[in-house]
Amino acid sequence: MGIYDKQAAERAREDERAWESGELRRTLERAPESQDRFLTVSGREIQRLYTPSSAPALDYAADLGFPGAYPFTRGVYPTMYRARQWTRRQIAGFGTAVATNERYKYLLAHGQTGLSTDFDHPTLTGYDSLHPLAEGEVGRLGVAIDTARDMSDLFDGIPIDKVSISLTINHPAIVLLSFLLAHAEQAGVAWETLRGTVQNDALKEFHGQKTFALPPRGAYRMTMDVVEFCTRNVPNWNTISISGYHTREAGSTAGQEVGFTLAQGMAYVEGGLRRGLSPDEFGPRLSFFFGVHMDFFEEVAKLRAARRLWARIMKERYGATDPRAMLCRFHAQTLGSTLIREGPLNNLIRGSTQAMAAALGGAQSLHVSGYDEAHDIPSEDAMRMSLNTQRIIGNETGVANTIDPLGGSFFVERLTNEIEEEARAYINVIEDMGGGEGVLSGMFAAIENGYIEREISDAAFDYQQRIEDGAYQVLGLNDREEEPAPPPELYEHDDDEEERQVARLEKVVRERDASRADAALDALRHAARGDENTMPFIMEAARADASEGEIMAALRDVFGDHEDPAVF
Amino acid sequence: MTTPKPAKIILAKLGLDGHDRGVKVIAKALEKAGMDVVYMGMRVTPEQVADRAQEENADVIGVSLLSGAHKPLMAKLMKAVEEREMRGEALILLGGTVPDADRESLAEIGVDGVFPVGSSLRDIEAFITERLSAREERG
Repeated sequence: MGIYDKQAAERAREDERAWESGELRRTLERAPESQDRFLTVSGREIQRLYTPSSAPALDYAADLGFPGAYPFTRGVYPTMYRARQWTRRQIAGFGTAVATNERYKYLLAHGQTGLSTDFDHPTLTGYDSLHPLAEGEVGRLGVAIDTARDMSDLFDGIPIDKVSISLTINHPAIVLLSFLLAHAEQAGVAWETLRGTVQNDALKEFHGQKTFALPPRGAYRMTMDVVEFCTRNVPNWNTISISGYHTREAGSTAGQEVGFTLAQGMAYVEGGLRRGLSPDEFGPRLSFFFGVHMDFFEEVAKLRAARRLWARIMKERYGATDPRAMLCRFHAQTLGSTLIREGPLNNLIRGSTQAMAAALGGAQSLHVSGYDEAHDIPSEDAMRMSLNTQRIIGNETGVANTIDPLGGSFFVERLTNEIEEEARAYINVIEDMGGGEGVLSGMFAAIENGYIEREISDAAFDYQQRIEDGAYQVLGLNDREEEPAPPPELYEHDDDEEERQVARLEKVVRERDASRADAALDALRHAARGDENTMPFIMEAARADASEGEIMAALRDVFGDHEDPAVF
Repeated sequence: MTTPKPAKIILAKLGLDGHDRGVKVIAKALEKAGMDVVYMGMRVTPEQVADRAQEENADVIGVSLLSGAHKPLMAKLMKAVEEREMRGEALILLGGTVPDADRESLAEIGVDGVFPVGSSLRDIEAFITERLSAREERG
């Protein structure tokens, strides 16, 4: 049954036509609208008005349902923010582990409720701080972690069995998670009590973020080794944060973000099935990560569409029966690329609008990007303001009082439908590329033939064109202020951190039992050549103080290197 | 009158930085503007960029960096350009997350133009066209 009474809807449609040919037509004759077409940030055309006829087939039970119940359009939990607000999780990481540890303690003291680690480029791409390619980037955009001992410094004095931790790393995720598990062993914390997330989304690295360290198939295997190992040994750990944020940062549309991200998710589910895991077993530990752009309603609809489509895919296609395996639980981050350099304080307004969309979209945790990020990594003040944004939205605006308040809006329901359809269409294109062997094969093909990257670059170019020709006005870009605010006080980068980190790594290498580390790396190479799960071997290398770069080099020995195809 | 040869542009990302949205948008825009664009991709070394620029007899070397490592990496690029005796032959441009405070020191080592995030494609195109035609007139 449709959501609206059929006869009432027909009457409304007739009234609408009468309004269009009467009042509206007369007004348009007198004063035309300011633009011929009104577009969202993603280039989707928006109608003048949405009415019951905009989504006439919407079925309340089948398409919306109740929070905490299939298809979860309205929210993943029955009480949502009335039970507990979203987790305020500002990502942080810079310099050495010791420096970041101080920032963590500052954030926890200022209302942060979970931790998230940003790693520097050498760590993200699997190189030691000593590697020639690492020069100038050690500890620059994130924290430098070379060995398990650095991980112990990072979480020194922080109760890792109580505060949930997110490790934002992908191809070397298996290594950094092993470092964390080794630290837990040292600190006497049982693995079962650890709560947190490792991003571990190998596939998106080829079109978003692009901090790849291995070729697609090797990287994918490492992701699945983590899923399998944690399903059995670290049961409360979220094994993949299937990420659309970076795809959006790379310039995709909202529909592409959902389509490509869910296709990645499907590839992981198919991998789990191939390893004999049931979707009910590992599905509940898959989580998601989306960006939030400026187009308020499109973003809310996008998050709702992702939630519904994932539930449908898990249930209908992969046969999940445990409702927890159907949940698209997600972290949201306001998009760094929407922050404008000129007039940095304006970014506080952007951040609060986006954060509001994340809350209305039903996010489980949130990071509000720092207002100064178009200049440098966020200052302490910027992070404080990001937390304050979350506190004000959560406590003062009333948006947390009721669940999915935009549900039932003619406009939002129509957009939700459109984005779900668009995402499905992308998934179908990708699946077709796999020659009938599922989405996993299709994803490898779509990565290797450059399809995903080209689609995203085309969208990025279109968006830029709309800014160039003034169709989309952005304050500080093509909509200029007379006197923009001066640049903010920036984070001060400590150039000596690189030297300190290199010295730290040299000391660990000097002091460790070299034969134990070498033996662990040899055993890892052997395991990687076969089809054993590599994670127990990486754990042993972590305990032996082998460095991240050494472990990743062992994997590169087996899987090879990946070169950027330079598609544009 | 002969048709002038299109300007040859070498674009690349140095270091480990993966933020390639901007450089790809610029590659596409300059190509559409009729320039001859070679995009070398990510994780390229300064020496590789200089070699390629020499081989291709490039008019412009454009580097994109959002990693914060622009000071050491641009210094290396300038050194590589000098070693190949190409100083002054190609315009050296830098785009990305570059604090205003670093502009002066970049200009001192020979970086001809800095285009921070948010720069317009039109401005970049116009800068290249003007500087190249000024160079032509000087002979």
